[in-house]
Amino acid sequence: MKISKSPWVLHYDGSSCNGCDIEVLATMTPLYDVERFGIINTGNPKHADVLLLTGGVNAQTAPVIRQLYNMMPDPKVVVACGICACDGGIFKECYNILGGADKVVPVDVYVPGCAVRPEALIEGVVKAVGILEEKKKKLKESMKAGYCTVDYSKIAIHMTADDYDPTNQYDAVLTEEALRQQAEEKIKATAKPAPKPAPAAAPKAPVAAPAADNTKKGENA
Amino acid sequence: MTVTIIVKAILYIILAPLIGGTLSGLDRVFSARMQGRQGPPLFQPFYDVFKLLNKQTTVVNSIQVLFVTGYLIMTVFTGALFFAGGDMLLVFFALSMSEVLMVMAAFSTNGPYSIMGAQRELCQMMCYEPMTLLVAIGFYYANGSFMVNDLIQAEKPAIMYIPGFFIGFVFILIIKLRKSPFDLATSHHMHQEMVKGLTTDLSGGNLALVELAEWYDLVLMMGIVGMFFITANPISRLWAIIAVSCVFFLETLIDNLFPRVKYITMLKVTWTVILVFAGTNLLILNVLK
Repeated sequence: MKISKSPWVLHYDGSSCNGCDIEVLATMTPLYDVERFGIINTGNPKHADVLLLTGGVNAQTAPVIRQLYNMMPDPKVVVACGICACDGGIFKECYNILGGADKVVPVDVYVPGCAVRPEALIEGVVKAVGILEEKKKKLKESMKAGYCTVDYSKIAIHMTADDYDPTNQYDAVLTEEALRQQAEEKIKATAKPAPKPAPAAAPKAPVAAPAADNTKKGENA
Repeated sequence: MTVTIIVKAILYIILAPLIGGTLSGLDRVFSARMQGRQGPPLFQPFYDVFKLLNKQTTVVNSIQVLFVTGYLIMTVFTGALFFAGGDMLLVFFALSMSEVLMVMAAFSTNGPYSIMGAQRELCQMMCYEPMTLLVAIGFYYANGSFMVNDLIQAEKPAIMYIPGFFIGFVFILIIKLRKSPFDLATSHHMHQEMVKGLTTDLSGGNLALVELAEWYDLVLMMGIVGMFFITANPISRLWAIIAVSCVFFLETLIDNLFPRVKYITMLKVTWTVILVFAGTNLLILNVLK
């Protein structure tokens, strides 16, 4: 059984013109019937797997989006719905708009459109669900390795606009690679110096060397 | 004798989630068809629970996990006691205990939606608890025993003596199964004023445990509905199954027909129904004796 059979979505409007919101809600209606894919619109970040973001992000909604993202349990994916959520769209140059949703949270799927079509949105969520499946595998691997993909001590929740500083926001959530590097460095630092892999590797080396010699000779000849 | 009891209890523990999950899937398919859409696959609830088990579990505090696990264990205990042929009174008391544990889990999170849900759940309990107790008493009046084992050996079905109790019980099932006019504590349909009420602050594995407990609860409730029809005659079991299917379909229909009401309306309506049907029935039984 795959976890992609029941993606529960959460929809948040970060300063959208409401065009995309109407389309998102239209997708949830009996006409398009997304429940046949197991998709349910939960109003609750703690139950959600997919975060649908509409509209460009401004200074007031950025901390809210970050908090919603942080409250969702792993594995989770973010879908930017509509061109404004993708990169700011027509509002990009506005003084209060920070840009697309990827300015505050890592976005997995970009669904363009003004406003986004329900068909495109369903396609986007289906793509996101594939990513969700991959993320689940990665999460399991990282749990086995002994570290989690998200470092919760690093997550800061900013509740007011004054608190918000766009220069340090995105760094609060570390990428998976950065976390893995950090964890590996930590493991290296704390672990005892590893015993040399001499006995196992020693007999292999001489075998490899002549082979290399042979090829060299062959090339030369 | 003890061996058969243990076997029945174990059968319930194994089969109830399968039956309960399928029933809840059927419920969703029926609802979808009533709304003119295709709806999810029949086994969607199983996919949901499987997914929840694979998700990260974030807990607000550690006592929450204890209460949620306790809720599941008490619900399983209640059902096992019923299907193993135990005491009806004890079944209903253990059932209230499990509900109280769920309410405690919601209160312990200290979140506004959870607490609102917990308070509403207490209101709901106030509405249906009298009826559950009356059902046990009704069975005693009908067949002279509180033990399920004795009740299923009755010569005439209990519904002949206590039809009023049956109507009252089917009515409170709307509350117990969290169906629409009375789904105050956990609004089942998409985001409403209280998000998900009781279960708002549960995630991942904990939410899966709650879903599982609800399946056990569903099977137990359907079992009690069947009890009204079962006699010593084996054919009565067929009637019981037909009755259970009818009641289950009726609950889904009611769920799709009515919008949610306020708790005061729920209290008035439920108690009126209980008083009119079950109360009158109890009086008549008393007079006839």
